Amino acid sequence: MTVLEVRELRVSFPSETGQVWAVQDLSLTLAAGQILALVGESGAGKSATALALMGLLPAAATVSGSVRLQNQELLGLDDREWSKLRGRHIAMVFADDPSALTPVYSIGVQLVEAVQIHQDLTASQARTRARELLELVGLAPATGVFEAFPHEISGGQRQRVLIALALANDPAVLIADEPTSAVDVTVQSEVLAVLRRVREHSNTAIVLITHDLAVAAELADQVAVLYAGRAVEVGPSTAVLGAPRMPYTIGLVRSLPQLDGPVGPLPVIAAGEIAATGCAFAPRCPLANEECRSRRPELASVTDGYQVACSRQPQVEAASPDALFAAPSATTAPARDAAEVVLSVRGLKHSYRRRGRGWDAGRTVMALDGVDLDLRAGQTVGVVGESGCGKTTLLRSILELSRPRAGRVMVLGTDVATLTRRSRRDARRRLQVVFQDPMAALDPRLPVADILAEPLVITGWSRAAIPGRIGELLALVGLSHDHAQRFPQQLSGGQRQRVGIARALATEPSILLLDEPVSALDASVRSGVLNLLQDLQAQLGLAYLLVGHDLAVVRQLADQVVVMRAGRFVEIGPTPAVLTHPAHPYTVALRQAVPSLNPTVRRAGLPQTPTEELPPAALHGVGCPYRGPCLRRAGLAQADRDRCDSEDPALVLLGADHRAACHFTKPVAQ
Amino acid sequence: MVPLLWPWRATDIDPRAFLSPPSAEHLWGTTQAGRDVLALTASGLGKSLVIGLLVAVLATALAALVGASAAYLGGWFERSMLWLIDLLLVIPAFFLIAIVTRSAESSSGSWWLLVILLAAFAWPLSARVVRSATLSLREREYVLAARYLGASPLRIITTHLLPNASSLLIIDATLGVGYAILSETGLSYFGFGVQAPDVSLGTLISSGSNLMIGYPWVFIAPATTLVVLVMCVNAIGDGLRDAFDPGSTPGGL
Repeated sequence: MTVLEVRELRVSFPSETGQVWAVQDLSLTLAAGQILALVGESGAGKSATALALMGLLPAAATVSGSVRLQNQELLGLDDREWSKLRGRHIAMVFADDPSALTPVYSIGVQLVEAVQIHQDLTASQARTRARELLELVGLAPATGVFEAFPHEISGGQRQRVLIALALANDPAVLIADEPTSAVDVTVQSEVLAVLRRVREHSNTAIVLITHDLAVAAELADQVAVLYAGRAVEVGPSTAVLGAPRMPYTIGLVRSLPQLDGPVGPLPVIAAGEIAATGCAFAPRCPLANEECRSRRPELASVTDGYQVACSRQPQVEAASPDALFAAPSATTAPARDAAEVVLSVRGLKHSYRRRGRGWDAGRTVMALDGVDLDLRAGQTVGVVGESGCGKTTLLRSILELSRPRAGRVMVLGTDVATLTRRSRRDARRRLQVVFQDPMAALDPRLPVADILAEPLVITGWSRAAIPGRIGELLALVGLSHDHAQRFPQQLSGGQRQRVGIARALATEPSILLLDEPVSALDASVRSGVLNLLQDLQAQLGLAYLLVGHDLAVVRQLADQVVVMRAGRFVEIGPTPAVLTHPAHPYTVALRQAVPSLNPTVRRAGLPQTPTEELPPAALHGVGCPYRGPCLRRAGLAQADRDRCDSEDPALVLLGADHRAACHFTKPVAQ
Repeated sequence: MVPLLWPWRATDIDPRAFLSPPSAEHLWGTTQAGRDVLALTASGLGKSLVIGLLVAVLATALAALVGASAAYLGGWFERSMLWLIDLLLVIPAFFLIAIVTRSAESSSGSWWLLVILLAAFAWPLSARVVRSATLSLREREYVLAARYLGASPLRIITTHLLPNASSLLIIDATLGVGYAILSETGLSYFGFGVQAPDVSLGTLISSGSNLMIGYPWVFIAPATTLVVLVMCVNAIGDGLRDAFDPGSTPGGL
């Protein structure tokens, strides 16, 4: 039974240069109990579609076409009519954002309000219903979420509450806008499980909006790939993501770093503008011809229920995906002598006091609890862990180049505690950083040339030599001279990150600290930046300390992987060993939570993750930092469990360079 | 006053016209001393504007430097600056300026003293605002990047922090102009502030207010000029803010 039918939806916004089309001629149908994923990059029109379906577009937007919910036309309804529908028949799950819940009311009060708006229930009936909703999303009464205030619960719990709020009145259609983009990977897999359960429980149709192909593959039955406001490929998710037919989707899937894919340079979708006439993807498409540039292909059925907007289908079918988007060859590093240790960390500790009010105010949190690390020239160490595990603190403590509270940091053989003002400046030149969000990392008021000149001016380059060096740097990161006079907001995300990398390279460093260098980038430019980082390392012999939450990205770059939790290293070893034979139960859980384009393969053998969540601060202190949700501990005798609670596990050597900190890990056969 | 535009100067006395109403010869009339009101108002406007602009520039520059340094450097410097700001905020500025300007009476350069005093009391509040704006900028990654490049605090403050707080500084400076002009006129009205032989809008309003009933033009001319001036200054500030900060919506502050 079709519950939602979208016909030729068009959304445009006025701008200084005329109307800007956010969505064009989008047609979708959604049956009860079906999950449809709208995937696309930023600016593809996903969010505009979601807002149009909810009637929440700003007044300046022009909408045309038709949106029918259970045979009722939604477009053109006035505000009062919308209010009767929203939350009752169609509801939205927002991304976990602290502002999505009202801070001054408890969760229970907010749920009761959501229930009572549309249903004539007494206060006690509404409370019962609210508790049912929390159970449905996996928040048992024992968790105390009902009485808690939004700031008192974890991000994963908040995301579930947001789902419960949307479900309050059993809507026919649920719109989930990036429901997992703000949460950690283990929480993400739980949220996806909750959405799956919701569909089975109440036959709700779900529109999932996401930029993450793997999340779409995990959850959706149908996928619509959007590019520049138009659907370019629509069909069953296994077909669209398994064997795509539109060159854009083929490129996206091929360029995605995957845990079970090959390591090495990734295929890249060429950079290019969005074409105004003809196929919007033509400037970036390897198969584009004159026809593609002049005439826009319409969505056409290839097989039943599978549509593609591409006029070169025979050629796409004839070409192998490997030929369409070939991986560039790797730059081979010139032979070097046995690599010296350029960065060495011993017993590093960092703590801070928790601020504000609450039960743990004034408590000291060990953000780094005695970590040891060696980084060699030309090598990459990847640090993975979830938010709050201390990986960013680790980077910042190294970058400060000042005497740590406890422990020792050696940069290029010099103890940073002994640095003078002058030698510290010299050390800064050799140790540079690339930040996560290139928009935030570049001063919006300076053109690219000035951004790149800054490190040169600081390190005393002569004024005459600077322009030449800027040209070299731009060439090094694959940008042209034209980019020098542009401002950061005039560049694309990938180009901005290249500028960030060029700035870090300006002073010819030997160590680069990479703080989630691609996680803020769109999928189609991510592989290009990853390849660039690999190339630069080979060319310049750089040592990378890479911090990230995405195991697949870390796997692409890192020779060694460190898994962090609650300020401690729980596993460390060569990348293939750690990712294929994880020894610590936390690494196992992380590894399994990563969504995959082939979810059926992955789901087999996936254990049910316990949903017990301890407040992060409770994990800092004596005992194993992973004892809360640990599956291995769940199968232990009481005496052994007490050991997890009372004794810090030390890193134990398991195989070649492979260590894990668990009392109950046995050496693994490699 | 440029003689080409208007034949009378503020110091000229027309012995044929005492307290004459506006006429073709004296467009805005004359005072009881036979001075041309238009020429006097223009001269007072000039003085008030100079004082207002100087105070705003001095106060905003000081506020920017202190506020941004306090936020960026933190520690004892921030604490002592905040303490100084609190101290200055509780001193009754009007009273203090009145006493000081009175005791430095009747030298024609005394308006300089007024500028410095007004600026000294105008910066603390703005410095607090600049500090809180800078606190949010301080953790931006481009500031961190500059710090990890080894840039000096002065360089970071002047190239990254202040330019990115510029829309705030511009609003602050224009509001400061209005504030300074109003403070100056207020002080001068009561006989403090600008001292004879200098004239400002405040001294003119003060002397004109005695003649309000019979000879309203002596009062109305400088008073209207003051209102129009302050409105203009605020409109300029609004326009500058819209030009510098594309995110702001025109109209409101």
